[in-house]
Amino acid sequence: MSSKDRLPIFPSRGAQMLMKARLKGAQKGHSLLKKKADALQMRFRMILNKIIETKTLMGEVMKEAAFSLAEAKFTTGDFNQVVLQNVTKAQIKVRTKKDNVAGVTLPVFECYQDGTDSYEFTGLARGGQQLAKLKKNYQSAVKLLVELASLQTSFVTLDEVIKITNRRVNAIEHVIIPRIERTLAYIISELDELEREEFYRLKKIQDKKKAFKAKAEKAKAALIAAGRLKEIADSNNLLDEGDEDLLF
Amino acid sequence: MALHSAAKGKLISVIGDEDTCVGFLLGGVGEINKNRHSNFLVVDKNTAVSEIEDCFKRFIKRDDIDIILINQNIAEIIRHVIDSHNSPIPAVLEIPSKDHPYDASKDSILRRAKGMFNPDELL
Repeated sequence: MSSKDRLPIFPSRGAQMLMKARLKGAQKGHSLLKKKADALQMRFRMILNKIIETKTLMGEVMKEAAFSLAEAKFTTGDFNQVVLQNVTKAQIKVRTKKDNVAGVTLPVFECYQDGTDSYEFTGLARGGQQLAKLKKNYQSAVKLLVELASLQTSFVTLDEVIKITNRRVNAIEHVIIPRIERTLAYIISELDELEREEFYRLKKIQDKKKAFKAKAEKAKAALIAAGRLKEIADSNNLLDEGDEDLLF
Repeated sequence: MALHSAAKGKLISVIGDEDTCVGFLLGGVGEINKNRHSNFLVVDKNTAVSEIEDCFKRFIKRDDIDIILINQNIAEIIRHVIDSHNSPIPAVLEIPSKDHPYDASKDSILRRAKGMFNPDELL
């Protein structure tokens, strides 16, 4: 398995250099991604804390708002249908801004007043004060909810991004880096083997040469013993100083 | 897209019981567009579940809505639809209604958060 799962590459010095560079790159990328994941995680926890805080606060605000609604109803009488029928244009609107955390854009909602109050005359006859209070309460509730919405949106976005980043970190750590390391080991072993082969080959050639030389020497000695070819042996000596073959 | 959304304000929509809707409408979030589609839905005991689901899906599809407020007891009814919505915009917020206290353990977002941390510990 381990010998199977490596990059398809020809084992050579060049490829070894390439792999070394890639390993370096992968390690650098791993550490950078890890840092990014940590930064995101920090922000994420902060947001989570804030969400829980705001959610509990929201419970309070909503309770107060509902209570003031009951109060207004008590003084004014039932105005539900009037309000539901008289909807025209939204007075509070939301716009989005972008916030950037470690290269992740998070939408931030912001509410603003736009246009006039379409319920100016509701409660004109009686209960105007209660209605004004009611409106104010609900407006502050909306503001809080918009804040909560942007926190929640950031939460969802960050959650997604953190998952992706962690996946990448783990992939680099457990798949890519081991694969490159295996490839490197393979290249090194192949290169070693080539070297051994080369060494063996040279040895073999040397042996062959030695045997050849011994044979020639023998023939020559026989000739000299027979009393011929004396000068040739001398001139032969001049060329061949009897050096060992150089081996690297 | 970003420029467009920055230039034009988005709406907040409400799905809730009558009192919740009236309250937020008085707060000034209500709008009826040119096709006479409102951005709120009043749910009473006669409202069919499929109607709520359809309305919620319609709000999600509308690109002028950024935030959907929904009563938690109504969210419980269409929980599967809310859980299947997981893109960040529009944000779905569960709010307590007048006669149902807020239960953090039912919230989709907080439930997701619970996998990582225990929300009670953080309080």
